Amino acid sequence: MKIIFILLLSTFSLFASGTIEGPIEKQPLNMAAIIMFLIFVGSTLFITYWAAQKTKTAKDFYTAGGGISGLQNGMAIAGDYMSAASFLGISGLVYLKGYDGLIYSIGFLVGWPIILFLIAEPLRNLGKFTFADVASFRLQQKPIRTLAAFGSISTVILYLIAQMVGSGKLIELLFGLDYEYAVVLVGILMITYVAFGGMLATTWVQIIKAFLLLSGATFMAFMVLKQFHFNFDILFATAVELKNESIMAPGGLVSDPISAISLAIALMFGTAGLPHILMRFFTVNDAKEARKSVFYATGFIGYFYMLTFIIGFGAIVLVYQNPAYLDIAKQAINGGHPILGGNNMAAIHLSHAVGGDLFYGFISAVAFATILAVVSGLTLAGASAISHDLYASVFKQGHADPQKEIKVSRIATVVLGIVAIIMGIAFENQNIAFVVGLAFAIAASANFPILFLSMYWSRLTTRGAVIGGSLGLTTAVVLVLLGPIVWVQILGNSEAIFPYKYPALFSVSVAFFSIWFFSITDKSQRAQDEHDAFEAQFIRSQTGIGIEGASEH
Amino acid sequence: MINASLATKIKNDKDYIYLVQTRRAYSIKLTLLMLCVYFSFILTLAFYPTFLAAPLYEGATTTIGIAVGIFIILFSFSLTGIYVRRANSEFDTLTQKIHEKFSPKELYPQKKLRS
Repeated sequence: MKIIFILLLSTFSLFASGTIEGPIEKQPLNMAAIIMFLIFVGSTLFITYWAAQKTKTAKDFYTAGGGISGLQNGMAIAGDYMSAASFLGISGLVYLKGYDGLIYSIGFLVGWPIILFLIAEPLRNLGKFTFADVASFRLQQKPIRTLAAFGSISTVILYLIAQMVGSGKLIELLFGLDYEYAVVLVGILMITYVAFGGMLATTWVQIIKAFLLLSGATFMAFMVLKQFHFNFDILFATAVELKNESIMAPGGLVSDPISAISLAIALMFGTAGLPHILMRFFTVNDAKEARKSVFYATGFIGYFYMLTFIIGFGAIVLVYQNPAYLDIAKQAINGGHPILGGNNMAAIHLSHAVGGDLFYGFISAVAFATILAVVSGLTLAGASAISHDLYASVFKQGHADPQKEIKVSRIATVVLGIVAIIMGIAFENQNIAFVVGLAFAIAASANFPILFLSMYWSRLTTRGAVIGGSLGLTTAVVLVLLGPIVWVQILGNSEAIFPYKYPALFSVSVAFFSIWFFSITDKSQRAQDEHDAFEAQFIRSQTGIGIEGASEH
Repeated sequence: MINASLATKIKNDKDYIYLVQTRRAYSIKLTLLMLCVYFSFILTLAFYPTFLAAPLYEGATTTIGIAVGIFIILFSFSLTGIYVRRANSEFDTLTQKIHEKFSPKELYPQKKLRS
């Protein structure tokens, strides 16, 4: 049990956006990185300026006008999904544990085909700007939108905290910039992209970042493999010689079946309930492009995970025993081979080992760009939930002036940005390992069940969705609070009340069961009307007939 | 929006019925396939990890687990490709046909709608 616990811990810190371990020694200014980063910022600001000219209507702001192609959107989805946490965290986990890193990557990937088979097309055919459009399609607008917005905003804010804290530490380490400045800088850039350039700018920031990240990672993996004449077995054999045999086999990441299944459910359904991911499906023209988006996204993400695996092993070979990358002070005390900045810096050190100062600067800049792109996508999704769901649909009951709605979303962007900066600074020295796990749990337990059942189950009623969704959300939050990370590690109790770190198996079951129960026992007239409205909704979700009427915005 | 009489007409259309049933069966089949592969992997990890730790061939450092892992990544991607291929041809042709029957041509959303 203890081994699992330690392993889960290390993987959870990977969730928390490339968490850097221990006190950070500020690095001297890294000129190559700063120049490349400035080029990235300059060109993305130019794109934002261009996008701002083209962003006039609400549809432009939320969905980039709906004219993004499947390939572009696939790349942008990959850009949204391949966070600094995946890049640094998973390669760091491979570096540390070998095979277990691959298990983790697989969990992150397998949700995508399922999104394609079950969610992508109905989502595109029914929704306009947010996933709440779909969930509230035939149900009561006010309660459903309020709940969906609540689910979205909490997911977004939790995710933002993790990204901001991770980015502050990473930038401090890579660029030698103070933590507070780093967080404020990230916040301001993200507000600028989103508030002025809306979805169009955000999409292109994602695409460029995905391209840079994939190219950089490809180059690194290529340079590693070249040293071993492209023979994987020799690479693995060398790594085993330096470390030990255990890195080639499962190390106990999932030796407890409940945790394993719970984690699998969180990753799979959580992915299908992340508001910033779901929102990307409205940027394409029709179901066909939505489908292609997932195909390309799955390809890019899968390829990326294979690269991180090679990079992790490359780091074992080239970084693990190289004194240039070791933390000598730490080694003197604890022995072993601690690397500077902790295990999550493995990929960064490897970039220096294979490509020198210039490539090291490039990868550092890419890591920064990655953070910027992910927080922008999150902020846009949060702002849309506020302006489109809460302001326009709940507060103005669907009669908001479109120009005012955009204005509200811009204000919401600024507010979310400021919240993210404040939270980022407030949480600097807090243990935030549970934060992204909680975001995934909420997405899987509140957003996903409502969305999925609203598409496929005719008997779903407003009452069922509201009660079940709220119970799912509450269960997820409570079980995380009572679980090993918050209850034991943060609050200092000796024993966790809820023994598992991942609540999804339980909270998702609670959500589905109570949505079902409170729907079938709902005998009101409203429930009957909602059932009657299903047929037309289902036809539209399957064929797209009827879309014209809804997108005349 | 679709009114009730149009809904009834579409609901009983044979192309529509065929599309919905075939696609549903196909989606469920592929979803189950994906879940089976993934959960077999997870359960093997939980109950029989030594299988994954065995060398891929005699004298190899590469383990069966690594091959299986890479296989699952490629499998997931191929599965999306297989689905998209059928959906883009067979299902889209059917959808198009249904649109032509029930949806006024000039409103067909295939071309870009801008406000």
